[in-house]
Amino acid sequence: MQIYLPIAEVSVNAFLLLGLGGIVGVLSGMFGVGGGFLMTPLLFFIGIPPAVAVATEANQIVASSFSGVLAHFKRRTVDFKMGGVLLIGGLAGAALGVQLFKALKEIGQVELLVSLCYVVFLGVIGTLMFIESLNAIRRSKRPGPPPKRTRHTWVHGLPLKMRFRASNLYISAIPPVMVGFVVGILAAIMGVGGGFIMVPAMIYLLGMPTKVVVGTSLFQIIFVTAFTTLMHATQNYTVDMALAVLLLLGGVVGAQIGTRIGIKLKAEQLRILLALMVLAVCGKLLFDLVVTPSELYTLGSGGH
Amino acid sequence: MRGVWIIAAALLALGSGLGASERVVSGLSQNRVAITANFDGSEILVFGAVGREAPAPVEDGPLDVIVEVTGPSNPVTVRRKERVLGIWANRDAVDVNLAPSFYSLATTGPLDEVISPAEQLRYGVGTDQVVRVAGPPPEVADTSSFTDALVRIRTRDGLYSESGEGVELTEETLFRTDIALPANLVEGDYRTRIFLARGGEVVDVSERVIAVRKSGLERWIYNLAHEQPLLYGLLSLAVALLAGWGASEAFRLLRR
Repeated sequence: MQIYLPIAEVSVNAFLLLGLGGIVGVLSGMFGVGGGFLMTPLLFFIGIPPAVAVATEANQIVASSFSGVLAHFKRRTVDFKMGGVLLIGGLAGAALGVQLFKALKEIGQVELLVSLCYVVFLGVIGTLMFIESLNAIRRSKRPGPPPKRTRHTWVHGLPLKMRFRASNLYISAIPPVMVGFVVGILAAIMGVGGGFIMVPAMIYLLGMPTKVVVGTSLFQIIFVTAFTTLMHATQNYTVDMALAVLLLLGGVVGAQIGTRIGIKLKAEQLRILLALMVLAVCGKLLFDLVVTPSELYTLGSGGH
Repeated sequence: MRGVWIIAAALLALGSGLGASERVVSGLSQNRVAITANFDGSEILVFGAVGREAPAPVEDGPLDVIVEVTGPSNPVTVRRKERVLGIWANRDAVDVNLAPSFYSLATTGPLDEVISPAEQLRYGVGTDQVVRVAGPPPEVADTSSFTDALVRIRTRDGLYSESGEGVELTEETLFRTDIALPANLVEGDYRTRIFLARGGEVVDVSERVIAVRKSGLERWIYNLAHEQPLLYGLLSLAVALLAGWGASEAFRLLRR
């Protein structure tokens, strides 16, 4: 069934959109990532104009994250205090990111820089997570002395210390704000929620227990992407409600299924799966950058 | 289809008895296209007749009909990728000032045979004429490869088409052609020109407009997004939160 999207001004198959939303929703619920890093490139691929894809995807992530976080509320696996601190940085970062996106678009290099951003971030994070999870699995198989619970790094030496009860942490507020800020910038530029950067940053940089990471990540993603949606809607008029509704109908159902799959898997398994997926997307994007494209020319809306 | 011929014959009767030696009288099966949610492209029949007061001047060459439909024009930036440090990146760019969003040209024969290059230039017929660069940046020498790319990409997307056999002409009097409008149509006024040419020279032109408009829900969403962007943004968020909550509740009930 073809459907004409009023803002994107293209006609696409409604079931294709529902299906894409569903698959990405499952991943979203499983890993606590918004799924935008998969969905945004997929939307480009099916012919949605990039500006509409980025803005609408932000709107869709609000829905799937909200659906996912409700399950976490009930299990009390959301650290609201940590989420709030991350959010302060996140909103500031997103505001800056939207401006950066505009500037890049004007010089015609936005796609390349977005792709390079993806390759670098996905590559580094994927590799680190993969090695870490492999080591964790090896350790759990070989009985021995358990690894030290609290690592004392430079993060713990900073001022403005706060107690995060749900995360069982007593750390400075500066690192979470910085993490939120960086993720906020990337979220706005790359049209993603930023969970794929946020989740590893929470685990490895802030030392949060895996149990609360997914819920807290989803919690703050809702606000950052809601803010991004409003910015795009009021400045660029690029949020397509019809597209968003179709994606999120599939997405919210998928997120519920994903959350339940996620509970059944062990943390190490979850991390290794996420690492593999991140690496796969990274590889695909790198391949597209290096291999000779079939059409060397691209059309963009007028004016540089 | 017979109805069409009757209308054409009626138009012919109307058209005859007026000034020029050969005149074109044309009609469209519809002059409005409504883009609704399930819009999946449309086909418009362009038909008409040639009106004459004297016998056809066959000595001036064969009679041909050209039907051209041009969508609203927007400036386009065409970029070309080049390998830089092993990565394909956009390098040269050409701003094409005039490029219709849709262009369909149907004729009774190959374009260069039915209308002379001078007449093509004069009336601005053909993709070479409608896709133009006004002031090319000096560092890009081969702007034509950029405009060619634009035509190639849009032809592939079904937006541009040139058909040398698209128009059916019967007895040098009645003609008809179908114009296929694709699903990815842009809103606006689509100028339709019907040329009558004899021996490569344009004898008469008839111009009509097809109004392509979004309607119903599509119209409402588009207007709201542009006129009340903040309200629209908040509404989008409300829909998102409602859908998220709805799915969560539905699954909670399902598990019981």
